[in-house]
Amino acid sequence: MAEQELKRPVPSSNALTEPFWEATKQHKLVVQYCPPCDKLVWYPREICPACWTMEGIEWRELSGKGRLHTFTVIRQAADPWFQQRVPYVYGVVELDEGPRMISGIQCEVEDAVCDMPVEAVFEDLDDDWTIVQFKPAS
Amino acid sequence: MSERQGPAAARRRERMERVSDRSIRGAAAVTGFAEIKPERRKPGRTAVGLAAELAKNCVEDAGLTKDQVDGLITHIPYSHNIEFAEYLGLRPVWSHSVDQMGGSGATSLTVAAAAVATGLADNVLVIVCSSQWGGFGGGTEPSPDGHGAQYVRAHGPGPGANYEYAQIATRYQHLYNLSDEDRVNIAVQQRENAQANPNAVFYGQPATADDILNSRMVADPLRLLECVMPCIGGAAVIVSAADATDYSPNPPVYLLGAGCATDRGVPGLSYAPDMTISPVKVSAERAFATAGLTPADMDMAQIYDCYTIAIICEFEDAGFAPKGEGGQWFASHDVTYKGEFPINTHGGQLSFGQAGSGGGMSHVVEGVRQMMGRGEARQAQKDLNYAFINNNGGGLSVEASLVFGKGVD
Repeated sequence: MAEQELKRPVPSSNALTEPFWEATKQHKLVVQYCPPCDKLVWYPREICPACWTMEGIEWRELSGKGRLHTFTVIRQAADPWFQQRVPYVYGVVELDEGPRMISGIQCEVEDAVCDMPVEAVFEDLDDDWTIVQFKPAS
Repeated sequence: MSERQGPAAARRRERMERVSDRSIRGAAAVTGFAEIKPERRKPGRTAVGLAAELAKNCVEDAGLTKDQVDGLITHIPYSHNIEFAEYLGLRPVWSHSVDQMGGSGATSLTVAAAAVATGLADNVLVIVCSSQWGGFGGGTEPSPDGHGAQYVRAHGPGPGANYEYAQIATRYQHLYNLSDEDRVNIAVQQRENAQANPNAVFYGQPATADDILNSRMVADPLRLLECVMPCIGGAAVIVSAADATDYSPNPPVYLLGAGCATDRGVPGLSYAPDMTISPVKVSAERAFATAGLTPADMDMAQIYDCYTIAIICEFEDAGFAPKGEGGQWFASHDVTYKGEFPINTHGGQLSFGQAGSGGGMSHVVEGVRQMMGRGEARQAQKDLNYAFINNNGGGLSVEASLVFGKGVD
């Protein structure tokens, strides 16, 4: 199949997670915050997994700085659009504020190292979707 | 409710008094098994058809008749146990679908044992198989606004669980000293086991460490031959109350210990405090405590090996080797069927093939087969009194550990 016929997979959202996706469009990284137990929560839920609070969960903006907790080099992708872009780095970032996020890592394959400092980079996929990924910290 | 009468019930009461009132120890036994040779494709075969073949062969192997089967547990992709009971013409008094992904087989044993121990059923048929459409679990589609769709899909994950276990391997090798050669040693020894098992998908194809390390990189650091081969197939067992197995021509294999644990979701490895430490730490500890035994008492182990790194983590977390030394342990011990501590004598899923969640069930069946002395060319060459079985699912998210014994005491 020719490349122009392939579309990059985009995320989806729902009423609960709309604030996160609205923030990424403004190139901001926000995660949930639970006031009663003073904990940040990633990924968004309708309940705090620590204290089971369902009311008053807020959103907090994070620095976007963290470390590459682990990664792999994808050499065989699940999606055809990504298959044309192998190899690339895919991993888990531990944010300085605590939560961990799954993310594409924008770096050369040979440059990825566990615990290397990374920072958020926002990628506008189209008019509707902006995703947050990470690259080596400048 | 009137108290059960008869010598069998008396023996059972006496036995149960010796352990905790609430312990499963020695309450259930496996009396028969069946297995379908895993193959890449089985043209024309349906999942329920495979499951029916397993049911027929398993009931016959155990020495039962169809009418004596009063309990049913299934894990058949795209088929519910209720539908399947009707398909099979069974009218069980107790039935369940069990879905713990790759951990479904060993988990089903714990559920079946609980059922026969509490009198909900006498003879439970447990079937776990894959379908012609692949798939783990009950065939549900991922939620369109679930975790994968929202936070994973747009980053380009790999197929299956390759990329998940690769990330565990990367972190593991960051924390511990594990060479590529030591990581793949278990796969080499399991491939040797598969050479004595004509049903293994890699029968007739021996492999060296170099062969495995030279296979193509799939998701760094994991090579193709460190990842399971998806197959069509499945396996089944009969579980009965331990004091009511006289019907069977087979020596019963007793369930002495069982433990289950879930401590992260899918893809929960990303959020686990330490993704290299699996919930086996909890499930195995509970299984050994129930059995009143330790890892050192085991004569053999059948441990879920969807990837080389998976069995290394499970083996360590069960207490067989110190954390960080599992790969080196395999490299310095003979774990083939000829050796001092046989592991995955059927070839493991890496060399036997992975029939969906039936891959996990293959470890259960192989443990039973070996304990019954029916391993044929691959029968362990040492005496077997106790065996440890572990099933894992969801990227080291969910575990079920079993301890089998030839006797109850």
